[in-house]
Amino acid sequence: MRGAALILAAALLAGPVAAQEPPPPPERSLSDPAQEARAQALFRDIRCVVCQNESIADSQAGIAGDLRRRIREEVAAGRSDQTIKADLQRLYGDFVLLKPPVGPRTWLLWGAPFLLIVIGGAAILMRLRRSPAGPEPTGDGLISAQDEGPDAA
Amino acid sequence: MIAEFGAFLLALAFAATLLQVGLSTAARWRGSDALGGAAQGAATAAAVLLALAFAMLIQAFVASDFSVENVAANSHTDKPLFYKVTAAWGSHEGSMLLWCLTGALFSAAMAWTRGPEKTFRASALAVHGGLNALFLAFLAFTSSPFARLAEPPVEGASLNPLLQDPALAIHPPMLYLGYVGFSAVFALAVAALIEGRRAGEWARWMRPWVLASWALLTLGITLGSFWAYYELGWGGWWFWDPVENASFLPWLAGAALLHSVIVTQRRGALAAWTVFLAILSFSLSMLGAFLVRSGVLTSVHAFAVDPSRGVLLLAILGVSAGVAFSLFAFRAKLLVREDANFAPVSREGALVLNNLFLTVSVGVVLIGTLYPLMLEAVTGEAVSVGPPYYNLTFAPLLGLGLTALPVGAMLAWRRGRIAPALKELKWAGLAALGALVWAAAVLGLGEIGAWLGATLAVWLMAGALWEPWSRAARGADRAGRWRRLKATPVAVWAMTLAHLGLGVFLLGAVVETTAKAQTSDILMPGGRTQVAGVELTLDSVGVREGPNYLAEQAVITARRDGRIVCRVEPERRLFPHNGQMTTEVGLCFQGLDDLYVVLGERRDDGAGRGWTVRAHWNPLARLIFLGPLLMALGGILAIAAWFRRRG
Repeated sequence: MRGAALILAAALLAGPVAAQEPPPPPERSLSDPAQEARAQALFRDIRCVVCQNESIADSQAGIAGDLRRRIREEVAAGRSDQTIKADLQRLYGDFVLLKPPVGPRTWLLWGAPFLLIVIGGAAILMRLRRSPAGPEPTGDGLISAQDEGPDAA
Repeated sequence: MIAEFGAFLLALAFAATLLQVGLSTAARWRGSDALGGAAQGAATAAAVLLALAFAMLIQAFVASDFSVENVAANSHTDKPLFYKVTAAWGSHEGSMLLWCLTGALFSAAMAWTRGPEKTFRASALAVHGGLNALFLAFLAFTSSPFARLAEPPVEGASLNPLLQDPALAIHPPMLYLGYVGFSAVFALAVAALIEGRRAGEWARWMRPWVLASWALLTLGITLGSFWAYYELGWGGWWFWDPVENASFLPWLAGAALLHSVIVTQRRGALAAWTVFLAILSFSLSMLGAFLVRSGVLTSVHAFAVDPSRGVLLLAILGVSAGVAFSLFAFRAKLLVREDANFAPVSREGALVLNNLFLTVSVGVVLIGTLYPLMLEAVTGEAVSVGPPYYNLTFAPLLGLGLTALPVGAMLAWRRGRIAPALKELKWAGLAALGALVWAAAVLGLGEIGAWLGATLAVWLMAGALWEPWSRAARGADRAGRWRRLKATPVAVWAMTLAHLGLGVFLLGAVVETTAKAQTSDILMPGGRTQVAGVELTLDSVGVREGPNYLAEQAVITARRDGRIVCRVEPERRLFPHNGQMTTEVGLCFQGLDDLYVVLGERRDDGAGRGWTVRAHWNPLARLIFLGPLLMALGGILAIAAWFRRRG
């Protein structure tokens, strides 16, 4: 039983067997390093749509390999990043873009950081203006002169 | 028998926890020492009972008792003993038991801490017991790890092979110590609200719990990240994945809290804010538990997903956070001290700024994590929020906050001056400028984000080291400088280490992300490939039999200029019981850089003949994991300083 399992395992390890899907065609980097870098950057912005949560740069799934090949071809054909992304967006929807497009549906998402920092900053400023001024500085106003750590009395 | 005994122990622990709540409440009400002692006993009993229950579960795993459903689903007789033991917390049920055990241990530790006033401690123990009881009820009634199978299988289904790894075996306990540690902080904060006590003492009692939880959470996240780095085989270490964010949120809130609690302890200011952060930190821990276990978010780390249990976890979160925040709304003003004033430019002011950036970061990560969920619920449309979003929002926020850090850390309490601080930091500034030139030259002019990041990292490291350095520099001679360095308070060393660690991490993260190189080739034995000036030769490929897997192992020699640098043995492991394949990366430490080699599948087609070998050169990757270790060490040193002051 154990022997049989080992033989099966060895067969599986040795390479693609008939039961598995055929291996995808090889992926070749583009010969132009600048184009390859552009393609790599695009890979990081495109989601592997069947995966749990990975970009196609990270994923080993078949569709990720297909998309990488497609994007490399389009980059080599001289198409711009925008048109490549727009095509993918038409095919798979906003879901495929890891950087969500700015629009009415994502205003809250993109606006949140600014909104939060403005609200927080304003709250702090109002607080500080209400509270009485602190005492005159002691010495040079640096911590090393007065501090023995937070646990000091 | 073991399983029934375990279930019985769980029921007893539940009863002991309820006793802890009742007795603590009565002790607080009556002011009775006897009742307080009894509550202490109940908390201890609950911890001991849960430890025994956990031992029973481990025993069931070690003995491979497949009549226990949890063992049958997660273990196998072939598995090495170590992974039989760690499988005890590899499932939803087992890890929930670990969560409860950790909670009970924290309760017992709180019960035995000398110092806090009796009424305050009784209130905290009652609140903490209540939290523990909620989680224990959830465990015992919906997720018992001791459930039996009517027809036990002959063999178990074995543990997910990805989890059979030393780093991931100790990652959950660390993480849970962190998550659940915040429940102690939560309990102390709610106790402060119940008692309506003004700032001061309670902040002092809260601080070591905050530091311990945060340091353990730091270690837990780092271990998880390191595991992802070498086990998943992509060379990535952080993906802004919802599950990762779930652990990062309490970490960020805890980082804000550990700074604000200093102000509250020392100056009595920010009391209400500190209590708010304490409640928030544990609420975010619970939110994380809910997100990870309910399956509402898709994640590469999807784990023990069950929607119906998720609803119950959400209910626990809603009840405990709801009660705590309501209490906060009504009673927070009782905590505020009017005499705790400070100028905007002061240590307090700097820490307020720190809290602004950290809290806004919490908001950004929270919104980024939940937005796809909310949008889909409202409009039915799917959207992805991935790394590019966080690079554009979280990174600038972090950058702004870190720019101010070295200056803020130099300001005096109550009122400071910026100009002398800047003058003191001129060497740190020069070092940062040097880093700017270096980064622009080495990483390339186009990588603005990268060279700003590297500059910031050096600014942080130099700024952190400046504090002990400047103390020593005031000595007259060599002996005097040494004496001054030795007299530097432990708390200052703690701060120095933590901030240094942050800089170290940032440098590693920026350089690794920008300058890493990768190559992929198909090689026959004897074949060669190259990455970043290192020549790799595939010497041989063989088959190795592991305890419960079969591995194809390659021997690859790395040479630089003809000299042998190292030899790596990357593997592909097949686990026949799961039919699952894992990769074991060949890692070769080159100083602070990593040579990272992955063995891929064998090919014999148009692409070529041989084995796919993927090699990464990850410069300064070591710093990414070293930095957080320094930060955690800083936290632990701060606890040591706290105890030293007390004694």
